[in-house]
This record gives sequence, C-alpha cells and structure tokens, in this order.
Amino acid sequence: MTSTHRRIRVLVAKPGLDGHDRGARVIVSAFRDAGFEVVYTGLHQTPEAIVEAALQEDADVVALSILSGAHMTLLPRVKGLLDESGLGDVLVTGGGIIPETDADSLHSVGIGRLFGPGTHTGDAVAYIREWFASSGRAST
Amino acid sequence: MSDLERAGSLAERCAAGERAALARAISVVEDRRPGFRELLAQVAARGCRGHRTGITGPPGAGKSTLAAALARHWRGAGEEVAIVAVDPTSPYSGGALLGDRVRMAPLQLDRGVFIRSMATRGAGGGLAEAVHDVIDLMEGSGFGRVLLETVGVGQTELGVAAAADTVVLVLTPESGDEVQAMKAGLAEVADVFVVNKSDRPGARALARQLRDAVGLGRRRQGGGLDAAAAGDGTLARTPSGPAAVTTVGERAGALAEEAGAPGWIPPVLAAVATTGEGIAAVAGAIEDHRRGLAGSGALEARRIARAQARIRAAVRAALEAHLGRVAGGGGFAEAARMVAGGRETVYEAAQRLLAAGGILSGDEEP
Repeated sequence: MTSTHRRIRVLVAKPGLDGHDRGARVIVSAFRDAGFEVVYTGLHQTPEAIVEAALQEDADVVALSILSGAHMTLLPRVKGLLDESGLGDVLVTGGGIIPETDADSLHSVGIGRLFGPGTHTGDAVAYIREWFASSGRAST
Repeated sequence: MSDLERAGSLAERCAAGERAALARAISVVEDRRPGFRELLAQVAARGCRGHRTGITGPPGAGKSTLAAALARHWRGAGEEVAIVAVDPTSPYSGGALLGDRVRMAPLQLDRGVFIRSMATRGAGGGLAEAVHDVIDLMEGSGFGRVLLETVGVGQTELGVAAAADTVVLVLTPESGDEVQAMKAGLAEVADVFVVNKSDRPGARALARQLRDAVGLGRRRQGGGLDAAAAGDGTLARTPSGPAAVTTVGERAGALAEEAGAPGWIPPVLAAVATTGEGIAAVAGAIEDHRRGLAGSGALEARRIARAQARIRAAVRAALEAHLGRVAGGGGFAEAARMVAGGRETVYEAAQRLLAAGGILSGDEEP
C-alpha cells in the first residue's frame, strides 16, 4: 500500500509588466485549499522564465494571470515555448481581462479556458480537476 | 516498457543532463510512483556525490534569499547548483503554497541552476519524506552543489541535520531568535550561523548572544584557538562592513565535536542576503566546513548516520504498509474503537496487530 497519491501541481505566474497580483493571490489560495500543490513565481515573469519553472517543477498546469492586455502575445508565447520544450501536454489556462473573441482565437492555438472577472474560484478548480482526470496524467 | 526499463531510460536521461527528465524523475520519486525504487537504484549505481548544504531557520529569516545568493556565488565560481525548497502542506486540504521561487527569480533562466519546490506532505522535521531521494537524483544528474531549504522552522524541526553535510542556521535581529533558537536543538545542529538582515539594529547584539549561547563567547586571544583545526579560511577572513559583527568564536566543546568536523567552530557570520553582503564569507565557511569534514572522516560518519536514518524510515514505512495490508483499514479502525472504548490498551492493540501481521509472535513483547 505505497501511497501513490498523485497531487495536481499548478504553476501560477504573472507574465509581463502589470503589477496587479491580487487576482493571482486569490487563485493561489483557492488552489491550495482545493488540495493542489501551487508553485507561485511572483510578478513580472518572462514567458521563458515561466516555461523553465514549469519544466523544473514538472507542473501539470500553468495558470497565468494577465491584466495588461498583452494576452494575445504572452499566452501563445508561453504555449509555444512549452511545446518546444516537450511540454505540449501541460494545460495552459488563465484569467484576467480577456475579451471573448480573443479567448476564442487563443483556444484555437491550444490554450485552455480563460476566466474573467467575477469567476467563482470553484469553477477554475473544477475545470482543472476535470482536465486532469481526463488528461491521462493521473496515471503517469 | 516495464518499470525497470522506464526507470533505466529516465536515469540515463538524467545522467545526460536532460532537465525535463530530472524534473519527471523527481515527481516519480516524490509520488512513490511505480518504478521509483528501480530509478533510485539506477541513479545510485552511478555513484555521483556532491556537497549538501542545508539552510534552516524561522519563517521570514531569509532562507530563500540566502539560498539564491549562495547559488549565485557558486555559479560565479562555475559550479552547477540544484536547490530543493520545502514548504508545508496544509493538514486540512492537502494542498500547499510553494512560494520560494519568488525570491529566486534572478536564477530562473540560468541553465546551471535547477530549482525544485517540494511540499512536506505530512512529514515532520521541516522536510518532505522524499527529500533525500530527490537530492540523490540531483547529484546523479551531475549537480555538485545541492542547497536544501527547509520550511520555516520552530524549535524541533531538525530533519535538516540528517539531510545535509553542512547546516546553515539563518536568524534575524529583533525577533527574539537567539532565545528561541537556543531552546531546543536548532542551534545544536548548526555548523554555520548567519545573522541575516544584519543592516538592521540589533545584529551585533544577536551575534554576540549567539556566540555566548553556544559557548563560543570567549574572546579570540592568546593560544586558546587551534588555528589549524579551525581551517585557514575561517581565520583568514577579516570581516568588514556589516560583517564586522562577526568573529570566529572559540571551541564549542563536545557539542560541535559531535556535530561536525573535529575542532570545527561554528562561525557566526553577518549577511544581508538581499544585497549579497557577507555571502562570500558564508560560502567560505561552508567550504571550510566541507573541507574539515572530508579531511577528518567526519563526512563519512555523517553519511553513514544519514543512511541509517533513511533505512530506519524505509523499514518503518514498509512495516506500516505491511500492517496496513494485513490488518486493513478495518483492523486499525476496530482496534481504535476498542482502545477508545477502554476495552483494550494502546499497547495491547499494537501487539495484537503486530502479531496478526506476523511481525511478532503472540506472546512476544514489542
């Protein structure tokens, strides 16, 4: 009865230059309370640093908080670097001020759900749990 | 692919310096996934060994910042550095906030540094159960320097003493740390004391109190100090600036004798980890301690003690798992009800379960 209880590891990062990390902190607490192991890397992260951290931490999920309006650049950049690093199976999700039409085009390049203002943290938790269960990572 | 084959290929990729392989190997070991024993055996067979520096201290003392500063120092000397940073798991949710990377941001893109955050997952002692195994993997991947940062500790989390070759205890002025640290154990396992945030008032007093408290307070004068035993670097370093509050104390007596290299005198060093002040001296003291250990055979003694602790832990875990299989959750639950209802003592229950598991015969005392 070896305890092979697989914890979901989520890297939470704030790419780019905006300094508003309240949302990130709220989601970090919600993820921790949901039983996730949350690696928080802090403010002003470059996509390169985020992807390197995700690699070292063997993260299942990269959750990005973007309020700067640079989501159309930053999110595909992170996704692209993850793919290049052999981490194409890591879920990229996030939240912030992201218009519906932008979200649609981001989904088309492999970004997961994006959560806007007013999201119940439970929705993000449930989304990650469901993704994890169906991803096959639980048995890796 | 069998577990063995998979472990073999992962171990090879680790040894080849593939960072993603090391990251995955750590997860395999941390989660105790199938094949983790084979993986560790493959890595151990390569026999790579580095130096393990433990960094411990109360919450907020600056452990992460000091770890980052030391890593930068060693990088400057061309060494590759792996860091394991442990944070506590919430006993309520099982989740954890692993935030040590925030202080290590400048290292994130340095390919000569590998940082891994670990949650305690219920282990005591300020470390995670798999932390030794994770360090083995890092060394097996070619990292000659490993920094192990514990959770913010109180008075009894001494796991770091078994896990590290050199233990650095970080304290700060104005926090009553000197008394707290002396209460139980923490100071006894320290090989190097660092008074961090030493640009704040009270640093000098803290350094003095620390030296007094561990019996190092006697002035460095006359023939009292065995210069050779102290190691050249420790004495040669002339503190300046904030480091002026530091002097190398006298013999710590039997305490230091047991804990470290013979004649090792745990120095009390001042630092401001955020600016890098005093970091070279801290790295120097760690190096002196390493050399002292290696030169005296104490390093081997430490490694044997560490192996012994790990074997005991492994045996204990296996016994518990075995008993769990034999007695089942129900067996334990039933025994718990009996004990709680006053129908059996804790010791009778334990003996009964051990006998049921074939570990004791029925009449044998545990």
